[in-house]
Amino acid sequence: MHKKNLPILLLALAVPVIALLPLPDFWIAQLNYIGLYALVSLGLVLLTGIGGLTSFGQAAFVGIGAYTTAWLTLNTGMTPWLTLFVGLGLTTISALVVGMITLRMSGHYLPLATIAWGLALYYLMGNLDALGKYDGLLGIQSLSIGGIDIGQGRLFFVLCWAFLLAGAVSLIHLLDSRPGRAIRALKGGTQMAEAMGINTFRYKVTIFLIAALFASVAGWLLAHFQRTVNPSAFGLKMGIEYLFMAVVGGVGHVWGAIVGAGLVKLLEDYLQVALPALIGTSGSYEIIVFGVALVLVLKYLPDGLWSLVARLLPKAQRPVNWQHAASLPERDKPASGEPVLVVDRIRKQFGGLVAVNDISFEIAAGQIVGLIGPNGAGKSTTFNLVTGVLSKTSGSVRFRGEDISALPSRAIARKGMARTFQHVKMIPDMTVLENVALGAYTRGHSGVLSSMLRTNQAEEQRLLKEAQRQLERIGMGEYLHEQAGNLAMGPQRLMEIARALCCDPALLLLDEPAAGLRHKEKQALIAVLRQLQSEGLSILLVEHDMDLVMDVCDQLVVMEFGTLLTRGTPAEVQANPAVRAAYLGTEH
Amino acid sequence: MDFSIASILLLDGLTNGAVYALLGLATVLVFTVTRVIFIPQGEFVAYGALTLAMLQTGKTPGTVWLLLILAGAAALMELIERWRHHGNVSRALKAALRTLVFPLGISLLTLWAAPQQFPLWVQAILSVAIVTAFGPLVYRVAYQSLEAATPLVLLIVSVGVHFAMTGLGLLFFGAEGFRNPSFWDERFSLGPVNLSGQTVIIFAASIALIVLLWLFFEKSLRGKALRATAVNRTGARLMGISSHASGQLTFLMAALIGALSGLLIGPSTTVFYDSGFLIGLKGFVAAVVAGLASYPGALLGALFVGIVEAFGAFWASAFKEVIVFTLILPVLLVRSLRSGHSDEDH
Repeated sequence: MHKKNLPILLLALAVPVIALLPLPDFWIAQLNYIGLYALVSLGLVLLTGIGGLTSFGQAAFVGIGAYTTAWLTLNTGMTPWLTLFVGLGLTTISALVVGMITLRMSGHYLPLATIAWGLALYYLMGNLDALGKYDGLLGIQSLSIGGIDIGQGRLFFVLCWAFLLAGAVSLIHLLDSRPGRAIRALKGGTQMAEAMGINTFRYKVTIFLIAALFASVAGWLLAHFQRTVNPSAFGLKMGIEYLFMAVVGGVGHVWGAIVGAGLVKLLEDYLQVALPALIGTSGSYEIIVFGVALVLVLKYLPDGLWSLVARLLPKAQRPVNWQHAASLPERDKPASGEPVLVVDRIRKQFGGLVAVNDISFEIAAGQIVGLIGPNGAGKSTTFNLVTGVLSKTSGSVRFRGEDISALPSRAIARKGMARTFQHVKMIPDMTVLENVALGAYTRGHSGVLSSMLRTNQAEEQRLLKEAQRQLERIGMGEYLHEQAGNLAMGPQRLMEIARALCCDPALLLLDEPAAGLRHKEKQALIAVLRQLQSEGLSILLVEHDMDLVMDVCDQLVVMEFGTLLTRGTPAEVQANPAVRAAYLGTEH
Repeated sequence: MDFSIASILLLDGLTNGAVYALLGLATVLVFTVTRVIFIPQGEFVAYGALTLAMLQTGKTPGTVWLLLILAGAAALMELIERWRHHGNVSRALKAALRTLVFPLGISLLTLWAAPQQFPLWVQAILSVAIVTAFGPLVYRVAYQSLEAATPLVLLIVSVGVHFAMTGLGLLFFGAEGFRNPSFWDERFSLGPVNLSGQTVIIFAASIALIVLLWLFFEKSLRGKALRATAVNRTGARLMGISSHASGQLTFLMAALIGALSGLLIGPSTTVFYDSGFLIGLKGFVAAVVAGLASYPGALLGALFVGIVEAFGAFWASAFKEVIVFTLILPVLLVRSLRSGHSDEDH
């Protein structure tokens, strides 16, 4: 039994026990509200804490779920068990519209759009005659199964917390899976994820949609529990409070949502009575406390309250259950000597500055080619042009006979070109193994739904097995379960190489792999490069360590000020006076 | 709808739009320099209008007490941080006092001036001074130590500040709404349109402020320093431009613009403690039209928002807010299609 599942099991056992305890009805009702709020905050944990996006409009999605079922059950007599799905459908449409429009732009447009959109929806609900204007809709039926009323009190408590636990469990499953790793990569910027073949825009829309659907389910439950809906529960204030719950509880943890929801609900109830009594007039003064608390939490406890608890919990190591998994299929490798990469007069201009000036070179299968030149020569820009991170001003790139000039980096990655970065890009709070498994993203197929339902395990084991194999191949076998953020610079670079190898590449592009490595580690790196070469892999290398470059490269391409200086074998390049001048200056 | 109604609506929209333009400019200013999406901009509007309303009744405005509390907190933070940093008590004390001087002076002045029933324009200047003093203090207390945080964290902080400032507005001004007297009661007839003196003042003040902002950024060293910070924070710091000082100056200007906007709209709408939020957000929509980056864009966006609102109010008054805030979606769609590419690592 996996230790990670322990809190889930405990909670799942606690729910029926609490339902049977002789608690006053008031507390059961409180727990019901906490469960509903936590379900909404859970979506925000995925969106904000994991994905690095945020929304102030979750209350509006709760409103869509609630008003849909309220209106339909009152006016058409439809059963609530059907209106749930109608609500989810409407939520999907609106979340997709908002998400598709804003998520292509930088991160702050989504929250801004959700503020405006949440306000618009609030005023719409408050002014439509059909929705009862600001009075809302009354007399909504309770939920029932086969004539048994489960919409109130203890039975509703069990139902509501069952939804919450199912949501939490599915999120935990999702985060520990192929799409989950892709989602966790979003926060650190899109470049690395795209280079692993991940369509980051699609995942951003997906997590926004999942968060909205969680909110919509909570709205459906809320409508049938309260048996009345009115706009005040779905306004912007509530939208902000949902985010507040997630942030206070711990926006990076699934359990933080429940802790935050519980705390905020109890605190709000207390303050709503205590503050007006203290001040002498009625009014929602609790928002002062909430506002100040939100700022303080972000300043002094950015990981929320749950992080205090999580620190005390023992860290469970992932059990190795993939020894017997089948290996992943590998792509056909080019035959030795066949041209793998043909770069033809690529050019990049930034305004008037020509960063890369009509550079051409080729790489044949099994060749190691070094791209060298003084700082600012345009090596990394060339790299980014080849891998599709930057768009070319002119020129073309052919990879294994196919024109890839116009493809985005994720499509190029899928064709078998993998890369590392000059500044290591990783997910510091995932283990080394998980980081490397991200590289195998393009070799899996399981989606969000199968990951939530855990039907992806066979494939998952194959991916992790491949990650372990690549790590062991470059001598990092002992670091499998270490948190990537804890590694020193050298091992971090090696981890990036293992991640690139997980893509099953035909061509490997390494951007300064030896920077920060010690002598022994460099020797090991050379051995790894040689071994990869012997397996038929082609490598393009940007590197400043001349000993290493001269030692492993078959061919060198020398750049200076964006222009090709010379090409040739290491010996030829070393003898070239122009190269000496570029590096050392000319003698007078 | 005939021509006369249309021209009245147009004038109405442009008048409101002029105020939204000021708020939109402040939003763009704050975002470009500090990367803070300053949701509480509208709170300064309400504070400005309500402070003047309090002074009108001869009472000490609650903002004075709030200002003193905030200044005390800011001075304390300054004291502790400087002390920790330099280990020098007298330098730390000096820094704390420097934080305290201006707010304390304004507060004492107001305490003396409030019961004297000075003419309207004196009270107006005093109100602006009080609210302007909030700007740097808000930056000092809420944002300064988070300068390096992502725009997302800063945005959530802004929402927290908005919550706190709205609640404090309720605490210090009460739930009652106020309408300020007009600064100029003259009326002019322009064909079918009846131009009030207040409208003239709104246009004149908006244009004057925009020109002043332009002069500040183009001609003064301080303004250029802010622009440098906006382009590259690290680079600006290496040139000796303090990011703390830039942030505080920016917030000072934002508060000043907010307070002025409050005085401008005070005579034409009843202002409640929470009215600022919606007004500020409309300035916001204008700023988003401009991609949070362009001042002329924000100006045009604001006039557009004002006109849409005026015509929306005429055709479907109940749905006026729905129309204005839904407007942001097509605007963002156009921006998204035009930009095409998202930026890396914020």
